[in-house]
Amino acid sequence: MDARIDFYPTHEIAGYQVRAGRPLPFGATLVPGGVNFSIFSNHATSCSLVLFEKGARTPLAELPFPLEFCIGDMFCMIVFGLDYETIEYGYRMNGPWDPARGLRFDETKILSDPYARMLGGRAIWGVEPDWTDPYQHRARLAFDDFDWQGDIPPQIPLADLLVYELHVRSFTKDKSAQVKHPGTYAGLVEKIPYLKDLGVNCVELMPIYEFDEFENSRVDSATGERLMNYWGYSTVGFFAPKAGYAATGQFGMHMDELKTLIKELHRAGIEVMLDVVFNHTAEGNENGPYISFRGIDNQTYYILTPEGYYYNFSGCGNTLNCNNPVVRAFVLDCLRYWAAEFHIDGFRFDLASILGRDANGAPLANPPLLESLAFDPILSKCKLVAEAWDAGGLYQVGSFPAYGRWAEWNGKYRDDMRQFLKGDLGYAGAAATRIQGSPDLYQWNGRGPTASINFITCHDGFTLYDLVAYNGKHNEANGENNNDGGNDNHSWNCGWEGASTDPAVNTLRRQQMKNAVSFLLLSFGVPMILAGDEIARTQYGNNNNYCHDTALSWIDWTGLTQNADMYRFFKNLIAFRQAHPVLRPKSFQDGLVSFHGTRAWWADFSDTSRVVAVMFDGSQARGGLVADNTLYAAFNMYWETLPFQLPAAPAGTLWHVVANTGMETPNDIFTPGQEPPLDDQSGILVGARSSLILIAK
Amino acid sequence: MAFTSSLEIIRNVAKITLTGRLDASTATQFRDLVDQAAAQKVKAVALLLKDLEYMASAGLRVIVFARQKMGVAVKLYVVAPQDIVRETIEVSGFSQAVVLLPAYDAAVIEGK
Repeated sequence: MDARIDFYPTHEIAGYQVRAGRPLPFGATLVPGGVNFSIFSNHATSCSLVLFEKGARTPLAELPFPLEFCIGDMFCMIVFGLDYETIEYGYRMNGPWDPARGLRFDETKILSDPYARMLGGRAIWGVEPDWTDPYQHRARLAFDDFDWQGDIPPQIPLADLLVYELHVRSFTKDKSAQVKHPGTYAGLVEKIPYLKDLGVNCVELMPIYEFDEFENSRVDSATGERLMNYWGYSTVGFFAPKAGYAATGQFGMHMDELKTLIKELHRAGIEVMLDVVFNHTAEGNENGPYISFRGIDNQTYYILTPEGYYYNFSGCGNTLNCNNPVVRAFVLDCLRYWAAEFHIDGFRFDLASILGRDANGAPLANPPLLESLAFDPILSKCKLVAEAWDAGGLYQVGSFPAYGRWAEWNGKYRDDMRQFLKGDLGYAGAAATRIQGSPDLYQWNGRGPTASINFITCHDGFTLYDLVAYNGKHNEANGENNNDGGNDNHSWNCGWEGASTDPAVNTLRRQQMKNAVSFLLLSFGVPMILAGDEIARTQYGNNNNYCHDTALSWIDWTGLTQNADMYRFFKNLIAFRQAHPVLRPKSFQDGLVSFHGTRAWWADFSDTSRVVAVMFDGSQARGGLVADNTLYAAFNMYWETLPFQLPAAPAGTLWHVVANTGMETPNDIFTPGQEPPLDDQSGILVGARSSLILIAK
Repeated sequence: MAFTSSLEIIRNVAKITLTGRLDASTATQFRDLVDQAAAQKVKAVALLLKDLEYMASAGLRVIVFARQKMGVAVKLYVVAPQDIVRETIEVSGFSQAVVLLPAYDAAVIEGK
């Protein structure tokens, strides 16, 4: 390759041997003897490549792109003889300063490459940055030489997926995690046996794109705690994994460490889904910093008002202009990179409705970006999941443009099941609809129950324990006078606000948590569990825990011992779901359910009902193509015990008890083969606020 | 300690000894030795790292290079790495491409 004439320098600029580069691919690409740099700007009048020694404040050299190195709106140049390991690079763009037209060029700024695969500047989590450094997020060159050892992504059908949402740092940061490298990708590798034991088959990682944990950080004067951008829903580098989440970030080995995590998860049969944030960037509004897009081509990358201000459909200061063709290609390139280079199995899009807005912010009927993602050949096996709303008031649960591919976080599932759980009137019918996979949302347009990602808790809002321990949010620690976080929690504290020493209160809470997970795991659709709920993790009533790098966020693994009954219940019910395809139909035609009440074959969805009973016909599992047992569940969310008349079990079978949340452990759930038969096959008393699950065999 | 490197080939085993700090500026020396060993068509490579204090990503990338250049038929042993080097190899996943040994074991490496 070195002999090829097209890899010989033709020019010398600032002491470096260079030649005209290639516009594709965008970003910095290693080529024989050098690096091809390629960057877009529609409005820049000139551009320089700025080279640094790793970590240096002063540039090593600045290389202006000669006119003959520009093709269309691309600046492209091959620079020879660079030391890949020690070089950092950025761009300096010149162009009009005309905010009213959306142009905000500032040649004093050094800008990160939007396609940078590695970023320096925040390599070790929590180490205070040098704020006087003129280049905070420093693009680096990356290698694609990881040995995947034949890794093949599990490609688990959506219908069989069981998602577990976790924060990489929170999962193992607490010393109770007892891992060698707390709070890192490597730490998470050590917890894979736990995930396997629990039985989940997909982890959804909260943002791992490079972000700045110090963005808007502040010290809480009352507590002295440094409040941070802990969750990371504010991207700095879309192609770059978060180095601070790696034990080896300081050595520049974080890509390898993350790939090792993914490889090991795949080896354990667990898929990896990324929570990706394309709705906005960390540059904020007109008062925010220059990191990348603002200085490269503000008018292209952001949705702007006619006056040149930033629309704020994200609630975070700016809105990415996702359906601009250039930005659309950027998003597509990014996801392709993660799918191809990191073997990622799926993406959950934060505030995804923004991805369907046009350049003026109006919702599109047929958004090109969403269509492109749905039909992209590289992403064809990746799950695509939308958080189908945004902060600008667009709410598309049930109507997100799906193209036969997109699933949605079903916010209505969460809200309806929470209200049913606490015994609110008028939710029995809604609960039955949600248990069926929300046909009201996903049948009319030909979608199936797998369009519904069912969840009762997620990172936003209360944990499961807090849902049954707090009536209201307690976000004082966030330093915003408890004004942040949602107020529509649909929670009930079971008689006492917060921690209680009353055994009756605590028993009821455990029962309610088991009821909630019973709803979740017996519903058609794709269940998602928030990490830690299985051991009754608390955030002490904080329902917007975005800023705490403390025990408030970290999983306390002593819960595994203290709440062993919760873990046992979750684990066994997960196994139960995975053993019974009748609970996992791929389409609404696949699964046959009948609803009942306290009387068999007599569902009561009236406004005074707090009861749902459901029978899953095993003979119709997967459209009758697979054999399964018939199952029955009675959910009594009334505050008194009620007698339930049972439908007859299929001929030749008897009803056996799988779970009864009204019972104390170990009689709350039984493993296969240990289920006791019912003495009375025609009826049973179901305790107050209890769930009963039966199997016919 | 300054970086030093040496190569010795005995009975089809290439022994590469590294000392000091292996970083981007010295990784090419290491790579040259790997190239020489590969040219000799050795059956095994032993990286003797007892006195290697630090290995930057550039050094680890040479191990990847060695693995990929020589193929899976050539065993690659990392012998007596210091804790920080061993941990970096393990955490970044390279330990799956090599055999980590606490000390030079002729029976294992040379098949004696």
